[in-house]
Amino acid sequence: MSSDLAIDVRGLVKKFGTKTAVDGVDIQMPRGEVWGFLGPNGSGKTTTIRMICGLLKVTAGQGQCLGYDIQREAARIKAETGYMTQKYSFWSDMTIRENLEFVARLYGLPNMKRTVDEALEKLGLAHRQKQLSGALSGGWKQRLALAAVTIHNPKLLLLDEPTAGVDPQARRDFWDEIHDLSLAGMTVLVSTHYMDEAERCDRIVYLAHGHKIVEGTVAEVIDQSDLITFRGEGDGVRRLAHKLKSVEGLGSVAYFGSALHVSGRNVDLIRSVLAQNSSPDVTWEEVRPNLEDAFIALMAEAGGDARQYE
Amino acid sequence: MTSLLNSLRRIWAVFMKETVQMRRDRLTFAMLGGIPIVQLVLFGFAINMNPRHLPAALIVEEQTPIVRTLVSALTSSEYYDFVMLESDPRKSGDLLARGEVSFVVTIPAGFTRDLVRGDQPQILIEADASDPAASSNAVGQAQAILTLALRHDLKGPLANLNAGPAPFDLVVHPMYNPEAKTSYNIVPGLLGVILTMTLVMITAMAMTRETEQGTLENLLAMPVLPGEMMLGKILPYVLVGAIETGVILMAARVIFDVPFVGQVWILLLGVTIFVIANLALGFTFSTIARTQMQAMQLTFFFFLPSILLSGFMFPFRGMPDWAQNIGEVLPLTHFLRIVRGVMLKDATLAQLQVPMLALCAFTAAVMVIALFRYRRTLD
Repeated sequence: MSSDLAIDVRGLVKKFGTKTAVDGVDIQMPRGEVWGFLGPNGSGKTTTIRMICGLLKVTAGQGQCLGYDIQREAARIKAETGYMTQKYSFWSDMTIRENLEFVARLYGLPNMKRTVDEALEKLGLAHRQKQLSGALSGGWKQRLALAAVTIHNPKLLLLDEPTAGVDPQARRDFWDEIHDLSLAGMTVLVSTHYMDEAERCDRIVYLAHGHKIVEGTVAEVIDQSDLITFRGEGDGVRRLAHKLKSVEGLGSVAYFGSALHVSGRNVDLIRSVLAQNSSPDVTWEEVRPNLEDAFIALMAEAGGDARQYE
Repeated sequence: MTSLLNSLRRIWAVFMKETVQMRRDRLTFAMLGGIPIVQLVLFGFAINMNPRHLPAALIVEEQTPIVRTLVSALTSSEYYDFVMLESDPRKSGDLLARGEVSFVVTIPAGFTRDLVRGDQPQILIEADASDPAASSNAVGQAQAILTLALRHDLKGPLANLNAGPAPFDLVVHPMYNPEAKTSYNIVPGLLGVILTMTLVMITAMAMTRETEQGTLENLLAMPVLPGEMMLGKILPYVLVGAIETGVILMAARVIFDVPFVGQVWILLLGVTIFVIANLALGFTFSTIARTQMQAMQLTFFFFLPSILLSGFMFPFRGMPDWAQNIGEVLPLTHFLRIVRGVMLKDATLAQLQVPMLALCAFTAAVMVIALFRYRRTLD
């Protein structure tokens, strides 16, 4: 059955013992798009991705990935999907070339040698192909992993926090590659904690405590949050921050660089509180909330911080 | 004084951390308790350096009171368990080659008549001397047992036979290893022991290494089936096993001068099945153990009875039944019968059918368990 949805899952539930990691997630993702998967640690992002590509059995729910049933046709999904794990999971005691060769052989690619040569060339690692992959820096490891999981030209790419711990320049390069792959027709679902990365996605899905909280384009998510945001700048913001955080019902108070954002839905309350706490060395202006303001508010509404640091 | 206290506090901190981690690794904890118990039981009860109740075949060509006395003396000595009565002397070689019996005792026709005449008739004991430790006591005691038994029967007119040399002539044929060289038995056995130790360990690491290095998730996300994974992981080590076999057989020939009287292809067939059996077992361990450390412990836990109960170090027939039953499950037991059978006894494939099939059955069973235990998902 062919479908124009790359991922079409409904009511996904995953329980580990008595703990529910994912609780009724629906995703309908069209082919060819780049979607961002956001949410705090332990919100169920990785678990959802693993269920989609057949690495975990679903406790309840159903769906298809690339037109294949996620419970019964995991093998077919795996053949047409590239999955990049959160932790580097290629072989450190094999060279860069040997890693790529293994993957190319496993997927039975024709012209294995040429395919690997091309991948190395594109990766810019041709001259280091005989180095052990474990000796690469974090950013290079991620690029090697991306090259390896895309070597069989999958239809769907699942990236689990691919840029965690990678320097800003390498992150930018990595995202340029993701967009190149997307232009070439790949569907990409990428989980991330970085807002600038989320803003480069066609749509974002926000999970918390295993529930999908919101989904849409960046602008839609910000609009849906229905927030009013004030931005305070000046030397006095640090003293103010503590005070503002203790005001009941005000909303969220968070730093952006050296500026302080106060976001909430009760505009009168915010104005009056800011007026009461006015200080000559702080200037306030109303700004359009950004994605992070929206997420901080979403997280606060989703209930206490239930992260577990795995 | 304070620095000593600080030092003690730090020792205490490390002590507590180790205790917590030791308790968390259940399998290690079980091994710490289990291995001493297993060793105690095996060394204490199973191993017998002076084996009795060895299976023997009896060929008697006449039935007289004196013959019956001799047979019952051998039986009541507890060294000889006559498990079969044969009338055809030509079968004795086959019985020994198969390893079904350790001895064939032959009392020829006319024995009693010749004895009475004082002609010193012969009693023949053909012993499987491929394992000198197993056979030497029983053979060594035979003369005394038989002489003592006859002494009661030789009364009245026959009493004069009791004087002087024994009235019969005990002829012992130590088959396969006439000089009773221990190395003839040990060196072929070592082939099995070395293959067991190295090959089980090497594949026991196979999956646990992927788990520990975090590469398992990557492998599972690729379209490779459990059976494909198992074969791919096992096959490189078949080559390792082949090289080890070559080296050991060469050493047996050149250094230890062990004879090789049988057919090479039968041994190679046995080695191949045995190597695959061990590799498959190691792979099964690696689907059970969660860490490489645990895989090592499982390997050791398997290796211990393999060495003690297979008949490698101690005579198999000398062990109590329960220990022999455990031994029958171990692939090394069957491989030892094959390797000793071929190298020392020139056994044919038909004679080695049982151990060959036993190895195949073991391999199949272990592979089924491995595929059953193999994690297809990260659950």
